[in-house]
Amino acid sequence: MSNPQQLRYSKEHEWLSVAEDGVSTVGITEHAANALGDVVYTQLPEVGSTVAAGESCGELESTKSVSDLYSPVSGEITEVNEDVVNDPSLVNTAPFEGGWLFKVRIAEEPGDLLSADEYTAFIAG
Amino acid sequence: MSSSPTAGPRRTALDALHRSLGATMTDFAGWDMPLRYGSERDEHNAVRTRAGLFDLSHMGEITVTGPQAAALLDHALVGNIGGVSTGRARYTMICREDGGILDDLIVYRLADTEYMVVANASNAQVVLDALVERAAGFDAEVRDDRDAYALLAVQGPESPGIVKGLTDADLDGLKYYAGLPGTVAGVPALIARTGYTGEDGFELFVKPEHAVELWQALTEAGEGVGLVPCGLSCRDTLRLEAGMPLYGHELTTELTPFDAGLGRVVKFEKEGDFVGRAALREAAENANHEPPVLVGLIAEGRRVPRAGYPVVADGKVVGQVTSGAPSPTLGKPIAMAYVDAMYAAPGTTGVAVDIRGSHEPYEVVALPFYKRSK
Repeated sequence: MSNPQQLRYSKEHEWLSVAEDGVSTVGITEHAANALGDVVYTQLPEVGSTVAAGESCGELESTKSVSDLYSPVSGEITEVNEDVVNDPSLVNTAPFEGGWLFKVRIAEEPGDLLSADEYTAFIAG
Repeated sequence: MSSSPTAGPRRTALDALHRSLGATMTDFAGWDMPLRYGSERDEHNAVRTRAGLFDLSHMGEITVTGPQAAALLDHALVGNIGGVSTGRARYTMICREDGGILDDLIVYRLADTEYMVVANASNAQVVLDALVERAAGFDAEVRDDRDAYALLAVQGPESPGIVKGLTDADLDGLKYYAGLPGTVAGVPALIARTGYTGEDGFELFVKPEHAVELWQALTEAGEGVGLVPCGLSCRDTLRLEAGMPLYGHELTTELTPFDAGLGRVVKFEKEGDFVGRAALREAAENANHEPPVLVGLIAEGRRVPRAGYPVVADGKVVGQVTSGAPSPTLGKPIAMAYVDAMYAAPGTTGVAVDIRGSHEPYEVVALPFYKRSK
């Protein structure tokens, strides 16, 4: 698997896209999706709510477990991926594309995110 | 395969093969076992509709031989083991003197004076120790054969066709819960028509050194009919849909077979005394005094109940989930749970599972969730 170069990554295995008009897209990485197994339920933050970097803002449930979803950045939720709500398996089949989770208007630039190469090294380590 | 307890998880004879197939491995009862190879839902559906191939070499085989092998097992276990015909198998349990369940077992009668007891990996040592202790005074030998066998299972509607092509054994004559020695793909095997998936299928006990050869032959034989390698994750959802109990979840030392709704495995009418008889007799008589009942729950929503979650009704806790998972066959989360008798009738309304603080409505149903059409 390869982690797209243009994204930034958290140590909780979320990815964050380059902001367009101050809004970034967030998802979980392929590594995280593989570790979870088949995702069967997602609880995403509500549009209009605010999230804080590193804090739980939802849940991802798989066959074997339930995991907290963390936001890699602080800001306001502008959109959630209704396709993923209806078909959580998108998180497994297209984690970096159709399986994105939410969009966030960034309130504060995140400090400690990893580059693709750094994240690849992090999960290998 | 002999490793000391401090040497890390034990590995089956198929370990390298699992890794070459890209399996996600997991620690299970001290063994490093395949959790899944790809999507666990796809593996589950393959077993329901086609066939799946499992490595179950972690299961604990114990051989009991000798003139009094049957008498020993009738004393040590709750079932009528002397009444099992040669070539047949029996689902049974081993209990403590107080009736608490030590393990659930499958016992195969291989010959007049030879039985193989198959214990759960997590309980194999406990079962072995209990059998050795209970063998005192019997003319019988209890042998630890955990390292003598690898166990491969082929499960699913296509499994008879797959195995048939690799053996001369009379599979049509091999009924459910029967086992016979034979040869599969040139490898000596005990061929048993047993499983833990709710489907037709076979469990093949072979020498560890033959495991890879047999796995590859089965894989090739199943290629055309959609056989896939399957991990323990789908084994758990398959057995849950089939309403089969799992030790540590539905069965514990705190429960008797009667508490678990499985009192039928206790055979009071068999000859002689057996360990737990007095306590179990009492449990059987008290079974009418409305102890919790093991029921099925089907979600109306999509959040998944997990073991230990409270079952609630009328504003109070009325039970506890023992196993829960998203059911691939039903397309909804399901659970087994012990609930107070007054909420146990199928169709009881107002029952919910407390899923991390949120009360999610659940329908009470009779087990199993899934039964194959024969």
